[in-house]
Amino acid sequence: MAANPESIDEPTVNFTLDGEQIKAYQGETILQAAKRHGREIPHLCYKEGMRADGNCRACVVEIAGERVLAPSCCRSPSKDMEVKSSSDRARKSQKLVVELLLSDMPEQGKSPYRLDSELDYWADRLDVREPRFPGRSQPEADLSHPAIAVNLDACIQCTRCVRACREEQMNDVIGFANRGAHAEIVFDIADPMGASSCVACGECVQACPTGALMPANDVGLQQADRTVDSTCPYCGVGCLIKYHVKDNKILYTEGRDGFTNHFRLCVKGRYGFNYIDNPLRLSKPLIRRVDAPKTTELLDPSDIDRVFREASWEEALDYAAQGLKKIRDEKGKKALAGLGSAKGSNEEAYLFQKLVRTGFGSNNVDHCTRLCHASSVVALLECLGSGAVSNPVADVARAEVIIIIGSNPTVNHPVGATFMKNAASRGAKIILIDPNRTAIAKYASHVLQFRPDTDVALLNGIMHTILDENLQNDDYIAKYTEGFERMREHLKDYSPEKVAFICGVDAGTIREVARLYATSRGSMILWGMGVSQHIHGTDNSRCLISLALMTGQIGRPGTGLHPLRGQNNVQGASDVGLIPMVYPDYQPVDDPENRSRFEKLWQTSLDPERGLTTVEMIHAILDKEVFGMYVEGENPAMSDPNQNHVREALAALEHLVVQDIFLTETAGFADVILPASAFHEKTGTFSNTDRRVQMGRQAVDPPGDARQDLWIIQEIANRLGCGWNYQGPEDVFEEMRQAMDSIAGMTWERLEEEDSLTYPLENVGDPGQPIIFTDGFPTPSGKGKFVPASYIHADEMPDAEYPLIFITGRQLEHWHTGSMTRHSTTLDAIEPDPVIMVHPDDLKKLGVEPGGLITITSRRGELTAYARADIGIQKGCLFMAFCYNEASANLITNEALDPSAKIPEFKFCAIKATPGGSIATRIN
Amino acid sequence: MAVIKISPEQITRKKRKGPKGHAVDLQALEDIRTLLGDASRQKDLLIEHLHKIQDQYQHISAKHLVALAHDMNLSPAEVYEVASFYHHFDVVREGQTPPPPLTVRVCESVSCDMAGARDLLQALRESLGEEVRIQPVPCVGRCQHAPVAVVGQNPIDQASPEAVAAAVDNRQIEAPVGDYIDLDKYQADGGYRILKSCLEKRLDSENIILKMEHSGLRGLGGAGFPAGRKWRIVSGYQGPRLMAVNIDEGEPGTFKDRHYLERDPHRFLEGMLIAAQTVGCEEIYIYLRDEYAGCRKILTREIAALQNSPIGSSLPPIHLRRGAGAYICGEESAMVESIEGKRGMPRLRPPFLAEVGLFGRPTLEHNMETLYWVRDIVEKGPEWFASHGRHGRKGLRSFSVSGRVKKPGVHLAPAGITIRELIDEYCGGMLDGHSFYGYFPGGASGGMLPALMHDIPLDFDTLNEYGCFIGSAAVMVFSDQDSARELALNAMRFFEEESCGQCTPCRVGTSKAVELMAQSNWDQELLEELSTVMIDASICGLGQAAPNPLRCVFKYFPEELQ
Repeated sequence: MAANPESIDEPTVNFTLDGEQIKAYQGETILQAAKRHGREIPHLCYKEGMRADGNCRACVVEIAGERVLAPSCCRSPSKDMEVKSSSDRARKSQKLVVELLLSDMPEQGKSPYRLDSELDYWADRLDVREPRFPGRSQPEADLSHPAIAVNLDACIQCTRCVRACREEQMNDVIGFANRGAHAEIVFDIADPMGASSCVACGECVQACPTGALMPANDVGLQQADRTVDSTCPYCGVGCLIKYHVKDNKILYTEGRDGFTNHFRLCVKGRYGFNYIDNPLRLSKPLIRRVDAPKTTELLDPSDIDRVFREASWEEALDYAAQGLKKIRDEKGKKALAGLGSAKGSNEEAYLFQKLVRTGFGSNNVDHCTRLCHASSVVALLECLGSGAVSNPVADVARAEVIIIIGSNPTVNHPVGATFMKNAASRGAKIILIDPNRTAIAKYASHVLQFRPDTDVALLNGIMHTILDENLQNDDYIAKYTEGFERMREHLKDYSPEKVAFICGVDAGTIREVARLYATSRGSMILWGMGVSQHIHGTDNSRCLISLALMTGQIGRPGTGLHPLRGQNNVQGASDVGLIPMVYPDYQPVDDPENRSRFEKLWQTSLDPERGLTTVEMIHAILDKEVFGMYVEGENPAMSDPNQNHVREALAALEHLVVQDIFLTETAGFADVILPASAFHEKTGTFSNTDRRVQMGRQAVDPPGDARQDLWIIQEIANRLGCGWNYQGPEDVFEEMRQAMDSIAGMTWERLEEEDSLTYPLENVGDPGQPIIFTDGFPTPSGKGKFVPASYIHADEMPDAEYPLIFITGRQLEHWHTGSMTRHSTTLDAIEPDPVIMVHPDDLKKLGVEPGGLITITSRRGELTAYARADIGIQKGCLFMAFCYNEASANLITNEALDPSAKIPEFKFCAIKATPGGSIATRIN
Repeated sequence: MAVIKISPEQITRKKRKGPKGHAVDLQALEDIRTLLGDASRQKDLLIEHLHKIQDQYQHISAKHLVALAHDMNLSPAEVYEVASFYHHFDVVREGQTPPPPLTVRVCESVSCDMAGARDLLQALRESLGEEVRIQPVPCVGRCQHAPVAVVGQNPIDQASPEAVAAAVDNRQIEAPVGDYIDLDKYQADGGYRILKSCLEKRLDSENIILKMEHSGLRGLGGAGFPAGRKWRIVSGYQGPRLMAVNIDEGEPGTFKDRHYLERDPHRFLEGMLIAAQTVGCEEIYIYLRDEYAGCRKILTREIAALQNSPIGSSLPPIHLRRGAGAYICGEESAMVESIEGKRGMPRLRPPFLAEVGLFGRPTLEHNMETLYWVRDIVEKGPEWFASHGRHGRKGLRSFSVSGRVKKPGVHLAPAGITIRELIDEYCGGMLDGHSFYGYFPGGASGGMLPALMHDIPLDFDTLNEYGCFIGSAAVMVFSDQDSARELALNAMRFFEEESCGQCTPCRVGTSKAVELMAQSNWDQELLEELSTVMIDASICGLGQAAPNPLRCVFKYFPEELQ
């Protein structure tokens, strides 16, 4: 939200603009001051929020006493300066600049690429007619990119795209090459955009004033009926988005100026929305045919009619509920389990867990948080009494040192990563700790490419150094922590020299990093799945927490701990209790006080025992403990480790209800499939990684007979005897406020108005707290606890037979199991094939050319995919995303669990690789 | 440059072999690492490192460019936009053919053009084979020897096709170095005594600044800012301060800096070091145009000799940086950008370099010749310099005279001398068979005056009212055998070629002006309007001065437009 300078107590400067006395605020330019006073000065290369460059010269003004005209976008007025923006002299230049640029447009006329070209606007405003100059020879169109059309015949060399790419998003793809009349915008080294390193964040498109850069499908020439302010359906950054809608279809998107993204978006948020228009969307309830027995094979959507038949909602809901009810009543409450979704809204997640707890009657409810940050949350709860992040991502702007560990933010939190890069460009030191040299390494002052699996050793080594060099914060330790002496004793074993040998990072670097982190005025630690997805994931997090505690690097602006959340609502889904051990707001189910609170609120008795976690549910099916499941918006048949085992379990279920928008790999195992609503088709709140609760608004209607998830959950619940009557998300939210002290003061009306509020927000009218732990921790003692962690190995170490290490993760264009992104034609076109990243030397050893096929095998499974040579990958390691059903990485992974958090070890297992093989058939 | 049209299908059908964009070729990376050795990879050395690749391979391949980017922690775009800005880098992308290993550059700027550069170019194109690239280039700073061709780095004065062919055949491609006053000779003649006095604090800064102020010495790069005042201003800003020396002498017709460097380099170096010591500059960057390969040898050698001499240890670090073929880098802020390893695009001012200059620090920026006079002024007293002058003007000017005169060359003459006096007293009169028709008083950008206006004192400020300026005192004399209109077009082509491309009035304006001026009938109204806007709205002096010759044709040579 733009501040209103009129109400800001700031020094002002009086100057004269076109004969009128005007007040400018400090730092304001002539152009900005003029605009604030309702006076328009033409401008093209200037865009609000971007560094002014002053190159187009359309905004030149006359300043008394100066020889030549001055660019009003770059000049700040001084006291009593006399400025003329509409004198004949100034107008002459403004108009001729526009005429010169217009003369080089296609056909010397209006932009053929967008309806609202800024050049056309100014030509019109300044009454610039047919250009009198000859036109230039024009470059050809570059239509090589699936998402973005490049028509440089409409380029005015204003470099807004360059600044967008290099200074805002800092992807450094666009250059301003050559010189003079040959000066041109280039991608990398004048490559076609589609062959360049462009990550298609679209910041350049959003910046382009003429349409030289536009979305690829000519949407610039269509007029939207309306716009809808909402958020992004993908990652935890939670970017605010404006959807432009025409005829119940989303035409295109724009970043909004929210705290989380400041107009920025990434390729998924900006171009990855059209999965909702995919013809494969489910639009009718489906019931498995009696003659279609379950197998462990994945079901191809083209075979759907062979296995399923269409049903009415009434029939499908009855069938779904009866199956569950039968199992509950005959086999007991614990024979059912539910998997909810971190993709749904808070309200949906809340209702889903309530359904399981009150309708099924157990705590057997979980969601993908188990697969991502469960270990981080366990450690945070244990040590600090709260699973929340201490500071927002954007706080990196106030940090001096930023540790990024086990996280590939440019891929997984792309817009968050831009703030990290911005911070580095302003002088903050990024310390990247990761087995692979990822893209953010370019901005890092230190890159510790350590051996996978050795996090605990490395972090203990850093802490050892801090104590060894007496860099700890004794005052903080005394005031806010407990267990330090035990920690000190424990760390004695971890000298940098000893640790260096284990983790492959030299002792000097370990010491340097320790000093930097401990002594900076503000150090942030951001971490991702590289930390959490190990059998020692909780230990890894414990170390990070101890590091912050012993140095007091927490609880202040620009200083703290931030596990970067994956899904757009994984924070919210966890907050509202979509996990087996806790009720909403992390209140343990095994605490009688909590239980009685919820029994009162929900008017029913509750199961006092913790429920099963995601992976445990799968085991329980095969152990004949769980017989029926309700899976809403999750895809365990792709997302869970050791897929062959999972698929076997899913096929063994007596009754499986799947609620989703596509026939996911999991839905193929269902007895009944309920067609649901996509993100853009519903309204609800979503909590981002910063603890910001944000309003997602319905932009379009669900296709066919697909229904709102909230409605479906309620229908099932009522068929299990719950007797609910929620009219919409607002009703649910009101109940959530009663269940959760952390949002008790957050009203739906205020969310409607402000779009984004940070909790804790306990009393109505509170501002919300972006930074917490400013004065101790919500533990019984009020202190943070040091929990020593000892270095242990991964569950499955490489050996002679399986000599390589397999690490899974994600790719920029694909989300999670691919159920959304692989159905987005744009994203799918950019990354259509399953790929494995390998160090070129390893690839050479295998005798495979980059781009060739390789087959990898673990003790659990095998797959074939295309190999990519990537010098950022550590030798001996192979990396793959888990979104490709024709080469599902989770066929390979190990289901061994972290003992505390029950998170599987996705980030480490032993494999062998062989050249060649053939890729399985992709099912859509 | 046309972008190849490729459909998304074509891109995706071809399986990507690595991360997006160009993969780093490990062999190319090895080449780069071998070539750069232990040299720092700091970003401001990008142009220096590009030179190393260009020198080694005679071009810069995509593979090497990408590898260099990787090794310097830059993106390929960051390297490509810089490499493609400078004429002396030949970037060869995949699928393109590298240029022949040897390049013959033929100067086509005003004086060489008058002396037959076009015929020379034509003849060379016909006579030299495919293994030599013939390239028309802007002024190489040897206008008194026009026409000039440069074989590799070896300049051929009064070049004939035969002389060029002989140099090519014999692979005489190195810049020769003539006799000059080296460190020993310079010191034997009292050199560096003033500097030593400064270093030993026997001469205080205030004393020297006062001397500079009283001498009336003004910046001799063209802008004419009083040198003493500049020293005072820069010393007033909070350190650390830096110094940047501009030897990017590229204004067509100008060759005085080269003239002095080739004869008495230490006089300049001493002046530079006195300035740095006086103003308190911690490091010195010398930016030398790449065309001056001979001067580069001299400076490299003599700076090393100085640094290894007894006073060497008390001197600030001196960095000699190579330009790469860009006239605009003679503009002080463009030069600073170039020293920082970037495209030479002028900065918007304010802030001025004195406050926010090189690497964001207060910077004392000087033309080489300005510094050349410092020793004399301090040694002989400010009155000595001010005692020269004619027609009410004070000081000395080094006129680079070329064109249709008998004795072209650098002529040190009193400020305020008229063109008639300069031709008659210093240049031996007009060439036989040529009668004086007009002159450029200050290079291509300083405008043109007709012979009729032969009695104007040539100095800073005196020409403004005529729409001209003296600039770097590059006087190009033309005769009845030349056309002012053609020369103006030549100048405008030069500006079009050399415009950095940043601002619309200059980037588009020079280009449109050339097209309009190439037509047989000039659209005076439109060209006048365009000129006004270029002068009023361009970012830097290039665009602001580019219309000067054009406007002078309207004003002083209207008959040529009939």
